[in-house]
Amino acid sequence: MSHILNIIKKEVRELLTPSTFIPIVVMALVFGSMGNMISGAAEEAKEKPVVGLINEDRGIFASIANETIYSMSEVVFYSNTSGKIDEGIDAVKGKGGIALIIIPSNFSNSIENNQSGKIKVYWIMKGAGIMDSIPSGVVEAVLRELNSRISRELIETGSVNATFALSPTARNETTIFKGKEMEGISPSTISTMLSSQSTMVPIIMMIIIMMAGGMVISSMGMEKENKTLETLLTLPVRRSSIIAGKIAGSAIVGLLMAVIYMVGFKYYLESFQMSEGINLADYGLTLGMWDYLLIGLSLFLALTAALALCMVLGTFAKNYKSAQTLTVPVSILALIPMFMVMFKDFNTLPLSLKFVLFSIPFSHPMMAVRALLFGDYTLVISGIVYVTAFTLVTIGIAVHIFNTDRLLTGSVSRAFRRKR
Amino acid sequence: MLAIEVNELVKDYGKVRAVNGISFSVDEGEIFGLIGPNGAGKTTVLRIVSTLLQITDGSVKVFGYDVAEEPDQVRKLISYLPEDAGAYKNLTGIGYLRFIASFFGDNEKIDEIVNRGIKIANLGKRIYDKVENYSKGMVRRLLVARALMTEPKLAILDEPTSGLDVINAQEIRKIIQNTASQGTTVLLSSHNMLEVEFLCSRISLMNKGKLVEEGTPSELKEKYNAANIEEVFTKVVK
Repeated sequence: MSHILNIIKKEVRELLTPSTFIPIVVMALVFGSMGNMISGAAEEAKEKPVVGLINEDRGIFASIANETIYSMSEVVFYSNTSGKIDEGIDAVKGKGGIALIIIPSNFSNSIENNQSGKIKVYWIMKGAGIMDSIPSGVVEAVLRELNSRISRELIETGSVNATFALSPTARNETTIFKGKEMEGISPSTISTMLSSQSTMVPIIMMIIIMMAGGMVISSMGMEKENKTLETLLTLPVRRSSIIAGKIAGSAIVGLLMAVIYMVGFKYYLESFQMSEGINLADYGLTLGMWDYLLIGLSLFLALTAALALCMVLGTFAKNYKSAQTLTVPVSILALIPMFMVMFKDFNTLPLSLKFVLFSIPFSHPMMAVRALLFGDYTLVISGIVYVTAFTLVTIGIAVHIFNTDRLLTGSVSRAFRRKR
Repeated sequence: MLAIEVNELVKDYGKVRAVNGISFSVDEGEIFGLIGPNGAGKTTVLRIVSTLLQITDGSVKVFGYDVAEEPDQVRKLISYLPEDAGAYKNLTGIGYLRFIASFFGDNEKIDEIVNRGIKIANLGKRIYDKVENYSKGMVRRLLVARALMTEPKLAILDEPTSGLDVINAQEIRKIIQNTASQGTTVLLSSHNMLEVEFLCSRISLMNKGKLVEEGTPSELKEKYNAANIEEVFTKVVK
């Protein structure tokens, strides 16, 4: 028995090292905070949505609309004249509301004449993440309930044909998002369309980082395992050239692998996407040449930052095997923004998560497409400035480590001791 | 001109003092041997001279360049062969030599260096094989060739014949001697006392981070009334 215990102790000691343990703890924390974010959104879905209501009609169906909307929502603005649309939108925005619903003066009359009662909805969209569309989904539920109640009323009176009775209302939607007014489209449609466009960038980014980053770290691990590092470091070549060469070489191989990977992945993703027959360009949501340049620059800088970070981590690799473990923190850093950007818009995140998202250099190209579609140049350009600074500092640290004993002796403290 | 000037060199690894205030100098064109038991600090000294490790105290100059202040200049003059060095396994032998040579000149010069490397390695057609298919001895020959083909002003060789059989070791020793005769200074560390005695014009003996003896092989043998350097080593260390 004691032999088994000895072996178990030895195995645990070998396997339970900080490099294997810390990434798992970080992963657990990430899932924990994501769980909190999702449960927060679920709570939000249970609350009554904040809306404004303009009801110009005094007919029976308008009364049903009033009753339904008041019972299922928190109405923060009410008027009976359409001249107050701008005032209504401002009021709803001011209260953090979701929509201004307008019941026109001919609403009841139209329904009584077997014509759809038009409901005009001004959506106040806050973010384009999957979870950002939850509040508008709640209001859509209110409008569906309104449709059902009117159906019931029509069926009870028995004066209309069955097809019309099932769908007596129609919606005329305008979505206001980041200063743009987009007619004839709902937030959930925009969110779906945007996510199909902007999901690819985070996934590509994550794959490139994991592939190319793994290359850099593994390269350092292999140099140590194959005992080639000492020779390399005594060649007449500047340390910065060694680092630049390793980063560029890994970036080329990583990009090549990512492209091959993405060709297959693109077809896989496309099989899940249904075309809504809506072109975002019709709503002015297009990217110009300048935007593509910014996205390219953001991607390039984030990749360089990732590789510089991997180079620093690679100096801790003792061999090829330990290098594989060191890729985990980078993968986690790539996964966090990928999920955050998919679920929420930067602007709708709490301040602490905004800070986390902005601090991770890989977030910026992931956020860039959506931000540029809505002309948010401040976020993209400030991100580029931050990632440039991050990259320079990280490369500086890598060069410093390459100039110390750290690479050969493996001591962290020695790496940061002042050079005499 | 002095090839190496080591002055009161101290190197600490944390709380451990690996090298404790040693001083020695090596003349240009000389083969200088650094011997001592395991853990004496020989490899640390070689690594410091090779610009790989930082100095805790004291100074080291290579052909007048301070290794701490002007490491880039020093690297242009030296070639270091670590004891347990390896080569890139995915490259062929010639590919590896060409990779190293590319740091020392343009196309014509590279060809010249590589041809010299091929000759030193003496691996025949196997030079075109991948390094991963080489035996330990073949890798060592390739690495010795790599270290000497550039005709460095200073070759720092840590156990140059480690892993080689008698015949191969003998050939490598001849190559080292030949290289030195053409003007390259050699700083050599070895546990093979026969090799040291055969190759070195002067020897320093290190023990526990200090230089405990220095002189020509014949001076040391005479001083300790010993038949060979191995006996000197045993008497000094014990």
